[in-house]
Amino acid sequence: MTRALDALGEAPLSAKFGVLVITVYIFVALFAPWIAPFSESEIVGRKFQAWDDQFLLGTDHLGRDMLTRILFGARNTVGIALLTTILAFVVGGICGILAAVLGGWLDQLMSRIVDVFMAIPALIFAMLLLSIFGTSIFNLIVIMSVIDATRIFRIARAVSLNVVVMDFIEAAKLRGERLSWITIQEILPNISAPLAAEFGLRFCFVFLTISALSFLGLGIQPPIADWGSMVRQTAILVTFDDYTPLIPAAAIALLTVAVNFVIDWFLHKTSGLKDDL
Amino acid sequence: MTFDSDGYLLEIKNLQIEGFSEGRWHEIVKGVDLNLKRGKVLGLIGESGAGKSTIGIASMGICKAGCRIKPGSSIQFDGVELTTATEEQKRRLRGSRIAYVAQSAAAAFNPAHKLIDQFSECVVQHGVGSREQAYADAKDLYSKIKMPDPDTIGFRYPHQVSGGQLQRAMTAMALSCRPDLIIFDEPTTALDVTTQIEVLATIRDIVELFNTAAIYISHDLAVVAQMADKIIVLRYGELVEEAETRTMLADPQKDYTKSLWAVRSFRKTEVIRSTDAKPLISVNNITASYPKAPQPVLADVDFEIHRGETVAIVGESGSGKTTAARVITGLLPPQQGSIVFDDVIMPPDHRNRSISQLQEIQMIYQMADTAINPRHKIRKIVGRPLSFYLGMEGDAKERRLNELMEMIEMEPKQYLDRYPAELSGGQKQRICIARALAANPGFIICDEITSALDQLVAEGILRLLDRLQQELGLAYMFITHDLATVRAVADRIIVMLEGRIVEQGFKSEVLEPPHHEYTQLLLSSVPEMNPDWMDRIMAQRVSLKGVQAAGN
Repeated sequence: MTRALDALGEAPLSAKFGVLVITVYIFVALFAPWIAPFSESEIVGRKFQAWDDQFLLGTDHLGRDMLTRILFGARNTVGIALLTTILAFVVGGICGILAAVLGGWLDQLMSRIVDVFMAIPALIFAMLLLSIFGTSIFNLIVIMSVIDATRIFRIARAVSLNVVVMDFIEAAKLRGERLSWITIQEILPNISAPLAAEFGLRFCFVFLTISALSFLGLGIQPPIADWGSMVRQTAILVTFDDYTPLIPAAAIALLTVAVNFVIDWFLHKTSGLKDDL
Repeated sequence: MTFDSDGYLLEIKNLQIEGFSEGRWHEIVKGVDLNLKRGKVLGLIGESGAGKSTIGIASMGICKAGCRIKPGSSIQFDGVELTTATEEQKRRLRGSRIAYVAQSAAAAFNPAHKLIDQFSECVVQHGVGSREQAYADAKDLYSKIKMPDPDTIGFRYPHQVSGGQLQRAMTAMALSCRPDLIIFDEPTTALDVTTQIEVLATIRDIVELFNTAAIYISHDLAVVAQMADKIIVLRYGELVEEAETRTMLADPQKDYTKSLWAVRSFRKTEVIRSTDAKPLISVNNITASYPKAPQPVLADVDFEIHRGETVAIVGESGSGKTTAARVITGLLPPQQGSIVFDDVIMPPDHRNRSISQLQEIQMIYQMADTAINPRHKIRKIVGRPLSFYLGMEGDAKERRLNELMEMIEMEPKQYLDRYPAELSGGQKQRICIARALAANPGFIICDEITSALDQLVAEGILRLLDRLQQELGLAYMFITHDLATVRAVADRIIVMLEGRIVEQGFKSEVLEPPHHEYTQLLLSSVPEMNPDWMDRIMAQRVSLKGVQAAGN
C-alpha cells in the first residue's frame, strides 16, 4: 500500500489528476443518497426549471432535480459499466488463457466463434440483442459483457501464447500440475499487466457504449438516473441556450479522460519505457 | 589517406562510458586505454558485463541507446577524433573504413534482401564502386573465403544458407569497402565447433590477405588465442591485463587472468561401473519424429543410464540431443521403442504418468531466465515441488527450503524472498537445480545448462552438480555441444549425428583414439589454448583432403 502511494507520488501530473477524478467519482457513487438534496426519481418542481438556489442545476423534463440525478447517475452508469467490464474480463480472460494453453480444436472453435461475434459492429449487435431479449439491466449487463468478452478473449489469448512457450510452463506440465494451477499461478501473473491496462480501456468503451445505448433509449431505463438518457431527455434545452444537458455529457467525458490518463501512466510503468535518455 | 607504419590506426585513451538504468548513470567502462596498429588483431576477453562489446562499438565512435561516452575520453581513428567528430564524418567512416561483424548473423542480415545486394549496398552508398563492380567483387570474395558456388550463392536470401555460411557472408560483407578496421563481436559463439573452425579460418585468412586491423571480442580464450596478436583482459569495465598473445598464454600475471586460464581444469573422477549392473533408465530402440516432418528426428536410439552416473550426449545442433530428452520426459511420445525406468515401462505420454514417475525425472534447462516464473518468489519456485510431491507445509517445508538453499550454496535468508530478476544468471541456474532437487529425483536431465553462462560461473555449476551427485547418488544426462563440458563431467559419452548414435562408451574410451570418424572431427575442432593449434589442424585437414582426393 505504501509502495502504491510512493509510486503515485512520482506519477506525472496527468495521472494524479486521473486518480483524483476517479476517487471523486467513486465517492459520489458510494454516497449519492447522502450527498444529493432529493431522492433519485422524486418530482420536486416544474418541468425544465432554470438554475436557482433550490435546484442548483434546474429540473428535467418531468421536474426532477438535475443535480440529484447527476449524482445518482454516477452510481448507476459507472456501477453497471464496471460490473459489465468485470464480467467480460472473467469470461473472456479465462477462455483466452485456456485457448492458449490447450490449443488444438478447442482454441480453433473458440477463436472462430469470437471471429463471428467480432465481425458485427458492437453497438449494432448490442441494439439487436437488446431488442430481442428486452431492455432490462440484467440483459444489458449480460449482453454487453458477452460482446466485450470477445475482445478480451483475443488479447488474453495473444499475451498468453507468449507465456505458454516458456520453459517454466513446460516444467509445470512435467511436474504434473493441474490446468487450474498452470492457468492461475503460472500464466495469470505474467499477463496481468497488459490485462489491467486493457481493463481500463475496456471500461471506457463499455461506459461509452452503455451511455450511447441509453441515449438511444435501449440502455438503462427510466426512472433510473443515467447520464446517457439524461442527455437525451434534456437535449432540447440546448436550443434555448441552456447548457444543462452538457453536464452529464461532460461527466461521461471527464471520467473517460481520467481513466485513460491513469492507464497511460500504468502502461508506461509496466512496459519499462523511459521518456528520454 | 595517411600511411604511417609506426602510428596507431586506432588509439583509445581514458575511455569512460556510462549507462542509464534504474534512474541513474552507472559507469560501464572505467577509463580504458588501448591502441591498435594496421594489420594487427587485438583480442578483448572478459565475462559478460565486462564491457567488451561496449568498447568494441565505441571504436566506431558510437554507443548503444541509453549509454553515453563521458567527456575526457578520446577515440582516435587514423588521426580523426571520433568523440568530437560530427555525425556526418562518422557516417562516412562507418562501413567504408570501420566495419562491424555481429554475433548473430541471422539477426543482423535483412531477411528480405539477397546476400549480394546487402553486400553491395555499402559499396554503392559510400561511392566506392558501382553495383556491377560490387557484384564482381562479392563473387571474388566469396570464392576467396571458399564459400560453395561463389558465383551464385550471393543471389540467395539469408534463410537459404546455413548459419556458418551466413556468418562468413557477413565477414565478406564487412570487407566490401576494404575497411582498415573490422570489429568482430563474438562472431562464432552461436556456431557449432565444426562450423566455428571454418569461420575462424576464414576470418584469419581475410585479415592477413588485406592487412586489415581487427578487434576480436570473445569470452572464449582458446578462440582468441588463435586470432589475436595481442590480448586485453577486461573485468567490470576495467583493463586487467594486456600482453602479446603468447606471453599472455604462457605467463599470465594477474590472479583474475590466471583464474580464467585455469577454468577448464575441473575433471570429475570417472565412475566405471560393472557392466552387468541393472540400469536406472534404459532407452530402448527409440524412433521419434515431429508431426509433419518427413524424416524421424531420432532413429533407433538405444542407451542406458545407471545410478550415480553422468552420461553426456554430444552432437551438433539438429543431431537430436534435445529430442531424446523430450522423449524421455514424455513430451514427445515416440513412434517406436520404450523408456524403462527402474524396471517399469513408462507411459510414453507424460500426461499418463503417475506423480511418482514424474517426480523421479527432473529437468534443468538451458535458459534459466525462461525456466523459472519471473512472477514467483524463489520460495515459491523451490517450494512448489516440496508441497506438490512430498506434501510438505509449514515448518517442515521451511526447513527443507533452507537445506536446499544451503545445498546450492545460496544464503536462504537473503534469497528466498527475492524474485528471479534480482538474481544473476548463475544464481538463477542454481535455483533451477534446487527446484529439481526439491522433487527428490533419481535422474536429472541437464539440457545445455552451462552454455548461456560465463566460464567461471559454468565451472561453479558443474562442480556443484558433481558434489550433489556424490552426496545423493543422482544420475545425470548431460546434453551439450561443448566438449570441454563433456571432458569435465562425463562418465560415459554418447555421440549423436543426425538422430543416430554414432559412438558410445566410457569417457576414456571415446576421448582416446581410435575414434569414430565423426567423433574425431568433433574433437579436433575444439579450439585449444595454443596459438598454433589452428594452423596445425588446418594443415592436417588440407593434407587429409589431399590424400582423399589422390585416393579417389
